Amino acid sequence: MSPDLTRLTLAQALDGLARGDFSSREITRAFIDAIEAANPALNAYVLPTPERALAMADASDARRRGGSPRPLEGAPIGVKDLYCTEGVRTTACSRILDGFVPPYESTVTANLWRDGAVMLGKLNMDEFAMGSSNETSCFGPPVNPWHSSGSNRDLTAGGSSGGSASAVAANLCLAATASDTGGSIRQPAAFVGKVGIKPTYGRASRWGMVAFASSLDQAGPITHDVTDAALMLRSMCGHDARDSTSLDLPVPDFAAAIGRGVKGLRVGVPREYRVDGMPAEIDALWERGISWLRAAGAEIVDVSLPHTRYALPTYYIIAPAEASSNLARYDGMRYGLREAGRDLNDTYSRTRAAGFGKEVQRRIIIGAYVLSAGYYDAYYLRAQKVRSRIAEDFRQAWERCDVLLTPSTPSSAFALGDETRAKDPVQMYLNDVFTVTANLAGLPGISVPAALDGQGLPLGLQLIGRALDEETVIAAAAELERAAGFAATPDRWW
Amino acid sequence: MSSALRARGGWANPALFRGLGNASVSIDAATVRKVAHLARLAIPEERVEALTGELNGILGWIEQLQEVDVTGIEPMASAVATALPMREDVVTDGAMPHKVLANAPRAEDGFFVVPKVVE
Repeated sequence: MSPDLTRLTLAQALDGLARGDFSSREITRAFIDAIEAANPALNAYVLPTPERALAMADASDARRRGGSPRPLEGAPIGVKDLYCTEGVRTTACSRILDGFVPPYESTVTANLWRDGAVMLGKLNMDEFAMGSSNETSCFGPPVNPWHSSGSNRDLTAGGSSGGSASAVAANLCLAATASDTGGSIRQPAAFVGKVGIKPTYGRASRWGMVAFASSLDQAGPITHDVTDAALMLRSMCGHDARDSTSLDLPVPDFAAAIGRGVKGLRVGVPREYRVDGMPAEIDALWERGISWLRAAGAEIVDVSLPHTRYALPTYYIIAPAEASSNLARYDGMRYGLREAGRDLNDTYSRTRAAGFGKEVQRRIIIGAYVLSAGYYDAYYLRAQKVRSRIAEDFRQAWERCDVLLTPSTPSSAFALGDETRAKDPVQMYLNDVFTVTANLAGLPGISVPAALDGQGLPLGLQLIGRALDEETVIAAAAELERAAGFAATPDRWW
Repeated sequence: MSSALRARGGWANPALFRGLGNASVSIDAATVRKVAHLARLAIPEERVEALTGELNGILGWIEQLQEVDVTGIEPMASAVATALPMREDVVTDGAMPHKVLANAPRAEDGFFVVPKVVE
């Protein structure tokens, strides 16, 4: 009886492939079978691509036999449906892109294939990455592999990268690409007990990623552990002339930062992240995280980020404003859905009403409103100025500390179909309260699974670092991971 | 944790999680119809009232930005403060009409087919 290859981490699988313990075809086949068995219950993949996966695996095995393996040679991964994949349907889980087959490949996925990775398929997400529970997907939500103790009620895998989170947690890929505009990598990773990292804005190219809010969107992976996150990130990042905000800087060997430790590192604890009404166990976990890092030699520093409480309202002006502009391209003329109307304007309006879901329409209208004549200064320009103040808060904090430690989310995973959140969009938005600041300031952030709460659900701790200092973030994350020793896995009910 | 708990809560300063029904400015149904038209979204008439309520909830919540002192603060438009890169003004892409048209809802003879635009 051979071991279950799907239970390996990315690093373990790469070792096994290098030793010749198994081939890429064998591990790819194992994942294809696992997806076939689990996906009807979990809905993590919106489009499995088994034939392509096996063809890529065979090519990879041939390459390895030729003696020139690449960094991710033969490793099967999942791709968020936000990334354009040449010849493979890409919808961002919106009806308006139903049947869209990109004639080109996103830079991030091209980088992963360049490094030898194998694509298992496209992963579920909130429509255009707008959501915190993955319930806005036109394919229906993915399901969190975790259930509360003694309950069989389905929980959200988080959003917007809920499919990526569900797939990694259920061992339906070695690792997955995700994307983060306000917390969409870190919150789902926290909800399923996995690692999610968003690098500094500009580290990874946005070319070929379906755009949501261009000044905030950033690619990153969801993985089993910090080592895997470092490996995936290294392949995903890199300068790209086709994205004008891509940073022309060398990509560090992120994995080399693991084991660097935190001795002498100044870890800031932002007092404004203590939210009233936050469950006591999240507060207690935060305290445990502080003591873990202190015990490992870090110096704990109390810091203030006074504009934190304005981050979410700022985000909900800037992100919808950019979205309303970005989504103007969906007019039913050149690609995607077209609903015929009386005339051109009517065709536009019917196409967009039929193609966009409720939350996307809400955000387009908010965005159009805050950008409209008479409101631009009061809303949009003011939000951009508050964004400056939030970024300035961080610059001040970096004079006193090297990395910040916070909870990842204000709760563990909540139920799908949660009525309070369905009725009041603001309640859903509040889920990103701890993650959104890093997007506004363009900073790297990681969520590391740290414990189970009283209901038996995973909770994460977040580290935020200086711009371009992913290495410190990864070093501290590896220490948190070591100290937490989080090894829990969900019971296989699916 | 119940959502209601979080809705009542706040930071040390309870202003953070200020929720619905707090709008000092509000938009009416006519404005919603107008903005929806500008955004080219056909909103069914029976949806306008509910949508107006939802938008007022969101706008009421973001209204708290008015209390931030932004005197003399430059607006931040980009997360990275770098000048836009320049390149030679030369053709770097193109000559692929089939790829460009491959996803068109309607195409004929190498062109997009669109509804009549001119009367």
